[in-house]
Amino acid sequence: MSNASAATSRSARPPIATSTWLRRFSVTQRRAFGYTHLTGGYPGGQAEYVRVPFADATHIKVPDSLTDEQVLFLGDIFPTGWQAAAQCEIEPTDTVAVWGCGPVGQMTIRSAILLGAKQVVAIDYLPERLSMAEAAGAITINFEEESVIERLNQLTSGKGPEKCIDAIGLESHVTFSKPDTIYDRAKQMFMLESDRPHVLREMIYVCRPAGVISIPGVYGGLVDKIPMGVAMNKGLTFRMGQTHVNRWTDDLLRRIENGEIDPSFVITHTVGLEKGPEMYKVFRDKQDSCVKVVLKP
Amino acid sequence: MTYISNITRPEKDPKVLSTGPSSLAAVDRLGRALGWFSIGLGLAELLAPRPITRALGVQGREDLVRAYGAREIGSGLLSLSLERKAGLWSRVAGNGLDIATLLSAYRPNNPKRDNVRLALLMVIGVSVLDIVGAQGTTIRHARRQDTWRNYRDRSGFPQGLTKARGVAASRSAEKPEKSAMA
Repeated sequence: MSNASAATSRSARPPIATSTWLRRFSVTQRRAFGYTHLTGGYPGGQAEYVRVPFADATHIKVPDSLTDEQVLFLGDIFPTGWQAAAQCEIEPTDTVAVWGCGPVGQMTIRSAILLGAKQVVAIDYLPERLSMAEAAGAITINFEEESVIERLNQLTSGKGPEKCIDAIGLESHVTFSKPDTIYDRAKQMFMLESDRPHVLREMIYVCRPAGVISIPGVYGGLVDKIPMGVAMNKGLTFRMGQTHVNRWTDDLLRRIENGEIDPSFVITHTVGLEKGPEMYKVFRDKQDSCVKVVLKP
Repeated sequence: MTYISNITRPEKDPKVLSTGPSSLAAVDRLGRALGWFSIGLGLAELLAPRPITRALGVQGREDLVRAYGAREIGSGLLSLSLERKAGLWSRVAGNGLDIATLLSAYRPNNPKRDNVRLALLMVIGVSVLDIVGAQGTTIRHARRQDTWRNYRDRSGFPQGLTKARGVAASRSAEKPEKSAMA
């Protein structure tokens, strides 16, 4: 490892691809820690020790003035939220609707604000997450209490948001108020469908014609009942993919240094590594107002 | 699981030597055990209904036993999935159906009346376990609706929201691509 000293390198990233095509298309499609062999087969980093292959290409030098918590999310969720907003090519007149106010959704909301969206609308059902979205200036919609489509139409004079971002992915919340989620869950049980694409359907229905649909939320396999006719005839643009972490980190590190953003706002729980399994449960069950857990070995 | 995980790893990858504490509580383990039990019982009912009807003195009701077997397997699969709560409560409901059916067979003229009584006791015993498992799972994984923390003070913008709006819009968000690709 020669490009950065171990003492100052705290953020690990997967190595960069070298050919032109890989640079453009699959910087992280082929290189991601803690994913599958489809993305390189590198084990994840939630451990006391982490093996970092190709460390020359995977580290950035972190200034001493920044804390670990400030730079920690440069390795994944901050660039993910940023890419989700950046690939929408936000204009100053745009309404950006973000489905999901989890950690990636929170980063997306703040990225859309930094990139100059006229208004950002955050959609979720958990009050603590909606309050965090509100803190960043987003207008919130609790989908358990009001119709997402009606409210979005109201906020955009009936035209729909120009930019729609799916920060949820394959595990849409299953609720009787959204019957298609029940349908998806039933199909999943019989292995007739792997993902629950409720958000995708809703975005296609509500997005303004010629709008952009950006998908940072992870999908894993087969989806059903996607209104492609609506998408095609509205002329929607779809942008998606694993995050090209390396592409954004230098710029985002500079923004943290400049005080434009401090990603540590999202940390709600800091615990020892031994409490990791229990905190996975807390996070999954949405208990204790948990938004983001940091494990300290 | 550790064994399976290790044999699927490539030759030079690190192996799992020991694992940390599990997040599974006793009630989760009970739920999982009941799920497997449900599948086992369901398979027996589905594949061999005749010995069961003979033992209970209800010959001719094999199709009903097969249907109950399919129901048991469905509940078992649910209990082993992320929807464990629904699976265990469906077992509780199914047990009610089993008890009602067994009571109808508990007639004085049934020569296998003693077997039916034994089966009834077993179903009641398992029902108690199912109720404990279902209730425990519901409580353990419940989200408290009444208390939540307000994060309205966490903007993430050290210089304030007004200054943050559009601060990155003046420079193209696509620009970093050039430097990264250089």
